[in-house]
Amino acid sequence: MIIKQDDNTDLQKALTLSLRPSRPSALSASLTFGWRALLKIKYVPEQLFDVTAFPVIFLLMFTYLFGGAISGSTGEYLDFVLPGILVMTVAMITMYTGIDLNKDIQKGIFDRFRTLPFWRPASLVGALLVDALRYLLASTIMIGLGYLLGFRPENGFGGLVFGVLLLLLFAFSLSWIWTFLGLIVRTEKALMGISMMVLFPLTFLSSVFVDTSTMPNWLQKFVDINPITLVVDAVRGFIHGTVTSGQLYTVLIVSAALIIVFAPLTMYFYNNKK
Amino acid sequence: MSRPSSEQEYAIEAVNLVKKFGDQRVVDGISLKVPRGTIYGFLGPNGAGKTTTIKMLATLLRPDEGSAKVMGCDLEKETNKVRQCISLTGQFASVDEELSGRENLILIARLVGFSRQGAKERAIDLLKAFNLEDAAKRQVKKYSGGMRRRIDIAASIVTSPDLLFLDEPTTGLDPRSRNQVWDIIRVLVRNGTTVFLTTQYLEEADQLADRIGVIDHGRLIAEGTSKELKALVGAGRLTVHLHTPDDLAKAKTILEELTGDAVEMDERTLKLTAPITDHGEAASALSRLVTENLQISDFSMGQPSLDEVFLTLTGKTTGQAESEGEEADDNQAG
Repeated sequence: MIIKQDDNTDLQKALTLSLRPSRPSALSASLTFGWRALLKIKYVPEQLFDVTAFPVIFLLMFTYLFGGAISGSTGEYLDFVLPGILVMTVAMITMYTGIDLNKDIQKGIFDRFRTLPFWRPASLVGALLVDALRYLLASTIMIGLGYLLGFRPENGFGGLVFGVLLLLLFAFSLSWIWTFLGLIVRTEKALMGISMMVLFPLTFLSSVFVDTSTMPNWLQKFVDINPITLVVDAVRGFIHGTVTSGQLYTVLIVSAALIIVFAPLTMYFYNNKK
Repeated sequence: MSRPSSEQEYAIEAVNLVKKFGDQRVVDGISLKVPRGTIYGFLGPNGAGKTTTIKMLATLLRPDEGSAKVMGCDLEKETNKVRQCISLTGQFASVDEELSGRENLILIARLVGFSRQGAKERAIDLLKAFNLEDAAKRQVKKYSGGMRRRIDIAASIVTSPDLLFLDEPTTGLDPRSRNQVWDIIRVLVRNGTTVFLTTQYLEEADQLADRIGVIDHGRLIAEGTSKELKALVGAGRLTVHLHTPDDLAKAKTILEELTGDAVEMDERTLKLTAPITDHGEAASALSRLVTENLQISDFSMGQPSLDEVFLTLTGKTTGQAESEGEEADDNQAG
């Protein structure tokens, strides 16, 4: 026998535990998954590049590339474009949630999770909670850098906080599209391709970089109903004190709609994955 | 057994399970009964439908047809109850390779409802039991194959399950690690867990399983104890090694005369293999060789290996194999 006798005793002891705790609460299970996501960051801190380097590169690039041409000065443009790039950056990094889920599925751990009796959405909600922290980090870095470059929100700190909170809510809702796709698309590369195909036109054909009133009529029609435009306008409104309740409600409705449609779809495919 | 369910003697009772992927019937009408506290070995080649069957029984896939009771609970209607008494170790590492062994166990323990402190203690106990204390803080992706398998199984018994599914638990392991896994499985069963394992290794099924089901093309083509399966194939055999080629030839004639059957001769290793039916026949054959003054250097008696069983069963034409499968089903019903 290769395992020594006393090891077997340990095994015996570990096995005689008859304790079978009752299933964890939804909150506890979600927090456990949040803890798992944090551990992953602990082991691979480089994965924070997307929320640290992206905001810096995007902000510098677009401010100095377009600033002079669009607004006549980089300073003025910065005030306009920062909320836009903030939304764009966060929207772009939401897709990583789907990619992580897709990676899980390709490994056996996904099957193990699905045989455990906890509240099913917890694995996604927990990951999304930690993603919210990542978005917050991205926002903080971008706004911090913006300050250094001369960005001044007209609505003060409060407006900034509400703007970011609204953005986090939207990002959380948007993520469900990617978790849904993460479950039905075969590989993470395919998923990355699809999400870029969706996100690129959505972020560029929006009010992120320019005032939509300069666009041709037919384009304006699309841009004005683009959810990214709606979110950018509301966040920009919060930051500069021009937000209307209409803008706020629109974003809340869009976010709720995304969750209502894609969360159940995600959970359906989560439960019925081959 | 931990549950007050003495009248339900079966851990698994599956009736005519079918799973289709597209128009391919990956699992094509499998019925089986696994008594509690036993090891059931599911034996078959790649793509035979082993994993799909396990996934259905472990609530991961819905059967397209048929039904099953797992630990007395209906698979379809009482899914959560089933989940509370089973555990699955998949074919590929079913732990998070990015996390350490300890973190993995805490994660699972929290998810089955342990308190923060309870989960930590349970993780320590299990790491100790599985000889993984030294690797507790290392990421699982840096583990060796054997260690990985052990942490996998440890994760499966965070709460001692009534029924443990092991999908190819020793595929790709070296003999030493394989023996360790076997020992673990034996201890588990001694403590009342029922184990349902799939394997491609006939030796593994032979060593561990109380009953073996042979699956091919989604159908159970034979079922029984390892002995019964061997009997299905027929005779056992006697192997005799001789000292000289002369003796080899003489011995061959004698054995053929005695058994009335063809004797296999290997001139390079001076080995004869003769089919025999019982030990008595073997004994008289050996004594006959000795009286003839033939120098025997070694001899052994063997039942046919499960390899041979499997080849005999699957080598048959489909029609024959199917009637065999029905026979196995009838046996269970009776």
